Amino acid sequence: MIGLSHYLIVSAIIFSIGLVGVLRRRNLLMLFFATEVMLNAVNIAFAAISHYYNDLTGQMFAFFIVAIAASEVAVGLGLLIILFKKYGSLDLDDLANMKG
Amino acid sequence: MYEIVAFYLFSALTIGLFSVTVMSSNLLYAMTSLAAGMVLISGFFFLLGADFLGAVQLIVYVGAVMALYSFAMMFFDATRDIKEKNTNDALVFLLGGMSALMLVLMFSAPIFSENVQALYPMTEGVGNAQDVGMVLFTKYLIPFEVAALMLLVAMISGIILAGKKMDSSLTEDMDADDEIMIVKDEK
Repeated sequence: MIGLSHYLIVSAIIFSIGLVGVLRRRNLLMLFFATEVMLNAVNIAFAAISHYYNDLTGQMFAFFIVAIAASEVAVGLGLLIILFKKYGSLDLDDLANMKG
Repeated sequence: MYEIVAFYLFSALTIGLFSVTVMSSNLLYAMTSLAAGMVLISGFFFLLGADFLGAVQLIVYVGAVMALYSFAMMFFDATRDIKEKNTNDALVFLLGGMSALMLVLMFSAPIFSENVQALYPMTEGVGNAQDVGMVLFTKYLIPFEVAALMLLVAMISGIILAGKKMDSSLTEDMDADDEIMIVKDEK
């Protein structure tokens, strides 16, 4: 039978995939995709805990995470468009203008 | 039996699709695999009995967020492969895996210490959507309103940030447009 730990392990694997993506990506749009992966992994964990403890709080927090992800994408894509207009590229190495 | 098959199928497919999202150098492949992975994650929610959350996942993530991404892709050049100067890959995998493991252990420690008590237990004989509505509009009313305000702020800022100078092209260079204008003027 599928228990809580199964869901938590899947959620941890997906979260680490997202974290590897955040660490290794240099393109800003791809970085956004990796953060979406991480947010989804956390949502799975919340829904699983909510199911196995018979408690609705986990689902509530998952709703608010979905709302935050939607507004993050709206603001972030606006900023990306402005960056692309200004620099013509979304690569983090090109955008770094402080040489240390 | 049905649940076990569905769980393993969904988890294998999501892990594979999200790995494609993270590893692929093509923007289009990354975005499509991300959308497919989100559909499968809503399958997880339906398995867990969170029907309303699954529907919200489908509507908001697959419907709205991915549509926003695909609109944004029209501004950037999506067909060209993205060249990234990658640092040490093995180090990144080690660091990412270790820190993710540490985070998961930190946040799941209270669960395994058996200290979790149900604050808002699910009511018997009531559908999931009705149950969610009762808790959301009584105990979580203020966070709900604050989330609505946050979405309004995000919408306004999105319009203001992206809406400036929408008449000029981003990908084509401006000189080409100017030359066309000059040719038209000469005629």
